[in-house]
Amino acid sequence: MPDDRELADTRSSQQLLSNQVPGLAAADELVLSRQSETLDSEDLLVSKPMGILFWLAVGWVGLVVVLAVVANLLPLPNPDFQNYSAINASPSLHHLLGTDDLGRDLLSRLIFGARVSLVVGFCSVAIGMLVGGTLGLISGYKGGRLDTALNAGSFVLLAFPAIVAVIAIVAFWGQSLFKVTVILSVAVIPLLYRVVRASSLSFANREFVIAARTLGATSARIVFREILPNVVPVAVTFGLITVAGVIVIEGSLAFLGLSVPLPTPSWGNIIAEGSSNGELSINPYIMLWPVLSMFLLLLSINLIGDRLRQRFDIREGLL
Amino acid sequence: MAKYFIRRFLQLVVVAFIISVLVFLLVHLLPGDPTVVILGPNDTAHNRAILDQQLGLNLPLWHQYVIWLKGVFHGNLGQSYLNHQPVTTTIKTGWPIDAELIIISQVIAFLVAIPLALVTSRRPNRALDNISTTGTFGMLALPPFVIAPIMVAVFAVGLHWFPATGYIPFTQAPATNLHDMILPSLAITAGSIAVYYRLFRSDLISTLQEDFITMARSKGLSNRRIMWRHAFRPSSFSLLAAAGVNIGALIAGTFIVEVLFAIPGLGYSLVQAVNQRDYLVVQGITLVVAVAYVVLQFLIDFLFTVVDPRVTRE
Amino acid sequence: MNRRRSPDDGATLEFPDVVGPTEPLLVVDDLHTAFRTGRGTVRAVDGVSLSVDRGRTLGIVGESGSGKTVLARSIMGLLPPRDVITSGTVHFAGHELTALPLAQLRQIWGAELSMIFQDPMTALNPVKRIGRQITESLRLHVDMDGKEADATAVELLRSVGIPSPEERVRWYPFQLSGGMRQRVMIAIALACAPRLVLADEPTTGLDVTVQAQILDLLAGLQRERHMAVILVTHDLGVVANRADDIVVMYAGRVVERAPTRTLFHDTHMPYTKALMDSIPRLADPSGTRLTAIAGRPPDLIHPPTGCRFAPRCPYVRDKCRESDPPLRTAASPDHLFACWFPLVNGISTAPARETAVIGPAATPPVGTEPDAGVTPP
Repeated sequence: MPDDRELADTRSSQQLLSNQVPGLAAADELVLSRQSETLDSEDLLVSKPMGILFWLAVGWVGLVVVLAVVANLLPLPNPDFQNYSAINASPSLHHLLGTDDLGRDLLSRLIFGARVSLVVGFCSVAIGMLVGGTLGLISGYKGGRLDTALNAGSFVLLAFPAIVAVIAIVAFWGQSLFKVTVILSVAVIPLLYRVVRASSLSFANREFVIAARTLGATSARIVFREILPNVVPVAVTFGLITVAGVIVIEGSLAFLGLSVPLPTPSWGNIIAEGSSNGELSINPYIMLWPVLSMFLLLLSINLIGDRLRQRFDIREGLL
Repeated sequence: MAKYFIRRFLQLVVVAFIISVLVFLLVHLLPGDPTVVILGPNDTAHNRAILDQQLGLNLPLWHQYVIWLKGVFHGNLGQSYLNHQPVTTTIKTGWPIDAELIIISQVIAFLVAIPLALVTSRRPNRALDNISTTGTFGMLALPPFVIAPIMVAVFAVGLHWFPATGYIPFTQAPATNLHDMILPSLAITAGSIAVYYRLFRSDLISTLQEDFITMARSKGLSNRRIMWRHAFRPSSFSLLAAAGVNIGALIAGTFIVEVLFAIPGLGYSLVQAVNQRDYLVVQGITLVVAVAYVVLQFLIDFLFTVVDPRVTRE
Repeated sequence: MNRRRSPDDGATLEFPDVVGPTEPLLVVDDLHTAFRTGRGTVRAVDGVSLSVDRGRTLGIVGESGSGKTVLARSIMGLLPPRDVITSGTVHFAGHELTALPLAQLRQIWGAELSMIFQDPMTALNPVKRIGRQITESLRLHVDMDGKEADATAVELLRSVGIPSPEERVRWYPFQLSGGMRQRVMIAIALACAPRLVLADEPTTGLDVTVQAQILDLLAGLQRERHMAVILVTHDLGVVANRADDIVVMYAGRVVERAPTRTLFHDTHMPYTKALMDSIPRLADPSGTRLTAIAGRPPDLIHPPTGCRFAPRCPYVRDKCRESDPPLRTAASPDHLFACWFPLVNGISTAPARETAVIGPAATPPVGTEPDAGVTPP
């Protein structure tokens, strides 16, 4: 079809319209924007490379993911195996991070515990993005009754305090990795819907979209070829930050004993086990490793998200 | 103004209603006979029959809901099957403790975040700003369940400055109470400080770039006057918004420190009830906390209209 | 207004009530302002000198990017404290502004020297009532209590033509129309009866009819108070009837300066002529193409050698590209211009071209003789 061919030549008709009208020259612009006391360092960051911290963060996240994935292949003792001859052992060559009060290897529990955090974190956001993001994308562009209804729905869902709702549902429905993931996906859907919708809406009335419409593009085409590519940076960045948020919720749940059922390890419940008054004085290592790992993981994800936000120039208010 | 208020209030009512329906339905998520579940496996058939009658369990669902809702409005949220204590009593004794924790932590958070942001926003990217930005960024990676154990390990077990567990009511011994609450409050505060500081500072910086700030300068106003009279107010809206968004995290944090420090607030009771399968208690606390949350959001929204003249008049 | 509050900080500046009739109120001498940016140093104001007498109006005209806003801010001293390099002097009512510490500058700002900003929507604090924004100035600089200040604010609003000022004084900026907001700005700027008002594009963004009203208002108030006004604008039409003298700026420099009449009748600088020609005239039939000046303002980080207008000038010659024309006096002593081959009676004095002209060859504006002996490439 002739339409398709024409449109196929342009990556996006946005480029057709990116003619820059010679605007304010440097000086006036400078005066009008530089009324704060200093140079806006964000100006300079966009062109800078991501920085070593960023890559360290990526490295840590990558390490955790890889270890969690190949956990079964690693030469680790079973995380549930209780070795009564090595209770509360300090870190040694045999048990690199030591053992807990039931003789279980802490390194093994740490790595297997990572699985829960990561699976819940990434899966629920993935599902949330698939459902909520798609709905938001379409809803933001189309508007109309669908948009109003979905928007109201998301408003209601977001009105619930997440932690209380999750605890209640877990209490009545039961604990399992699957159930926790599902519950958190549902919790995350309205959030992602909202953000993607806002972004989609902001592009829906731009000239390049109108141009595409007048060229005869179908709605589906517009949504997926014109709007989606522009929404992706916001979606990815916010999605990442949401992953951090979900990891925190799951960790909190696990700490309260309400995530995956024991003895399956999750960083949250290992911390809880290691934090009872007695245990802290006897063997602080139990709590220490997951605390450090969780801190570094959250720090890394936040750092990556923050750098992405700067790189894509997304204003902090939106997130 | 009134129209806006009424509209928001109606939204509040609708949401509260939906919450009540969902909370009511929770019990029906459970497999098996609700009476067994509610009363526990060891109660008598006689009592179960009575409960059956009371809740109208053979009636259509909507009817059961109405009965239940009526009960709620009469202050009847059922009772714990273990100690037969009415749920409302548990809630009444528990919520002031939560309130105390939240208030202390938020006061600390504002006292730290606001002045710090006011100072660093005027001199961005200098030493203090960089330290603060890094520090608060780190705080974002320290949710209560991560930082509290460390605090306990260092300050309670290690240094013995504060107790690791235990609670004394404020009315009984105010000084001890406050002293004991420091560690749990601080554990919750970190996240709040980070959120408030970052948002407030960011808002201040962008406000300071506005034309009306230059105009204020051109009138000869001193920097201090400009900060307080011109920059603070427009930027404070983001603080209010941040507070609203932060409440959810606050609730989660409060629950966690209550469990860790064995402080008998709603969170502690809730988690205990879940572990003991005390479903009516779970249901009751969930309902009350959820509705309280919604009401709080509404109040904050209302506060917005009071503080920002543009919201209702435009 | 003669009563001044003593400031909380620093010494009070003395301001003689009457400046000698032969002494200009404001003298700017070789002012330079440059900004350090990631891309280089932007020389926004590159050697500007001018003066304004008491009670007179000076128009500063130039395109966006000519540096006129920076000039206005530099005159006041209202620049960001970091990454800004300035030199030159600004003499105002017996004081050397560039040498004053901030505390003393603040005594002048708003009280003797004030500024009207371009966009009233962003220049007024959106969450402060307009009355407060006026009384703020008053209470800072003038010895008044709250009640007096409130009453004065109402009177000020009345004097700028805002109806029902007693009511409107409690309004917020967003409740007013654009024109009214600009009037409020004028009220604020004039509140403490300054001797000099810098009006930075006071009418941009307003309807044409409202523009005229605002300018008339300003002129009226000026006459009343015997104030000096500097009117900064990109629109020659705005200053045509209202300025006593006009300074034309281009790329951070003054390229022509003359009393208004002289400027219009005896234009020397081709840029000025081009500006005039780009003003749409009512007399022209509808559908007349607007004459724009081809090309863009030069890069102020690396300004070209030679005349800065050379790349866009229809009369450019080699000499123009090689050396920078200095500011010279014309036939009448208060007419300055910077051009090697000025226009005289509308005709260029540039000699016949020896070589082909490369670059945007804009057709010479109507009214001038085309160059004789042009050899096409």
